[in-house]
Amino acid sequence: MEIRYAKTHEWAAKEGDLYICGLSDYAQEKVGDIVFVELPETGAAVEQGAPFGVIESVKAANDLYSPLSGEVAAVNEALEDEPELVNSSPLKDGWICKIKSDDASFSALMSEDEYKEYLKGQDD
Amino acid sequence: MLKTVLNSFHREAGARMVEYAGWDMPLFYALGATEEHKIVRRSAGLFDVSHMGRFRIQGEGSTDFLDYLISSNVQALLPGQSGYGLLLKENGGIIDDVFLYRLEEKDYILVVNASNLKKDWDWLNQHASSYDMTLKDESPETSLFALQGPRVIPVLETLCSCSLQKEWDRFGIRTLEIDGIPFTAGRTGYTGEDGVEIFVENGQAEALWKGILDHFAGHCEISPCGLACRDSLRFEPGFPLYGHELNEEILPPEALLKWACDLNGNFMGKEAVEALLEKGLDKKLITLSLTEKGVPREGYEVLSEEGEVIGTVVSGLYAPTVDKYCANAFVPPAYAKSGTPLQVSLRGRVKKAVVEKRPLYRPVYR
Repeated sequence: MEIRYAKTHEWAAKEGDLYICGLSDYAQEKVGDIVFVELPETGAAVEQGAPFGVIESVKAANDLYSPLSGEVAAVNEALEDEPELVNSSPLKDGWICKIKSDDASFSALMSEDEYKEYLKGQDD
Repeated sequence: MLKTVLNSFHREAGARMVEYAGWDMPLFYALGATEEHKIVRRSAGLFDVSHMGRFRIQGEGSTDFLDYLISSNVQALLPGQSGYGLLLKENGGIIDDVFLYRLEEKDYILVVNASNLKKDWDWLNQHASSYDMTLKDESPETSLFALQGPRVIPVLETLCSCSLQKEWDRFGIRTLEIDGIPFTAGRTGYTGEDGVEIFVENGQAEALWKGILDHFAGHCEISPCGLACRDSLRFEPGFPLYGHELNEEILPPEALLKWACDLNGNFMGKEAVEALLEKGLDKKLITLSLTEKGVPREGYEVLSEEGEVIGTVVSGLYAPTVDKYCANAFVPPAYAKSGTPLQVSLRGRVKKAVVEKRPLYRPVYR
């Protein structure tokens, strides 16, 4: 499964007709214990790079930015009771939402290798 | 940035570091803030709080001086005991909240908040001249730890081979020793759990820190703990944090701290406190919880059920022990009764809330 990343640390991967999205492992580790996720609403139009949700860690609220342009097709309702899934399983059970999008905005994201390279510049 | 003696330990232990009041302090370690919170509630946690200020006050006039500048009854504090109090301005505004250790008849240690150290030091010195005593800032020479949790006193008893549980009153001061390292301990804390706060010479601080972690690990669960869980642990039992529940615009009764004012004695700010009590309060500290999910943060508006803005959040977080999203706020007394329905505006989204009965978590020692 090809996974691509935004500079704001969200990931996206193709799943059937949709793209599944979440927060990167690097970002979940960086924000620490997540206590609440404000999910986008199903059916909402989202724009690549625009805020579409909030990750609340123990100490702060962090905006989530949509990695793709399109429409929210589904959200991970399990996060309402278990926001910590984003910490324990950021790439799988802790997914945030599914977006109906075109391939162009997916291609505009960084590849996994490019993201790894990008992270090297982040830790100062 | 300022560093405590244990700075390299914190970093090697993988702590997330954060600047707090000019200090490079651990926010949480590898376990994460929520688990650290839970370990303190069920077993034991060790905090480095050496960033806090410690002033030594000694001499004939020390008791009179402290009794006037601190809101609580210092005369009534016996040697070997410690107690909470406030430094107030003449107009009753809170300069700081402090913890006073009366080591001997005329020998005190005053523990102050790191964020207020300079301000408190200047304030005390401004009022010191007419008293026969010496004031010394000992903060750079000693380290301060908090060792907190239900297992702390029983395990200390074993480690120090002495009887503590019954003989040691809350707020009592003892000199103890672990691995031949002597330290001063007060049976107090800021978590709502039983435990101690420990003063130790800098030269032996790291050895004592590691000794406590090693020895306790042989008897119970223990973890080093950071400032994040210190905040959630103090929030649940309702302890104030300066800069949030307390500041120079807030008077003690508004922050529910009338009990820390000895109105039978004489202290700086007393007239203002009495005048406010006479007039009646315009605002009062409450704890609320959201009945819809979301995290109320400092600065968010608190609304009445009808939608009128009635106050602002001063502290807000997810409280792990009670499993609720909670906040402290100042609101008019008409809205302060527990059970009152309120609302909080979370970045534009209005969520339902209710005034909670305080404290959210009742300490076992009370």
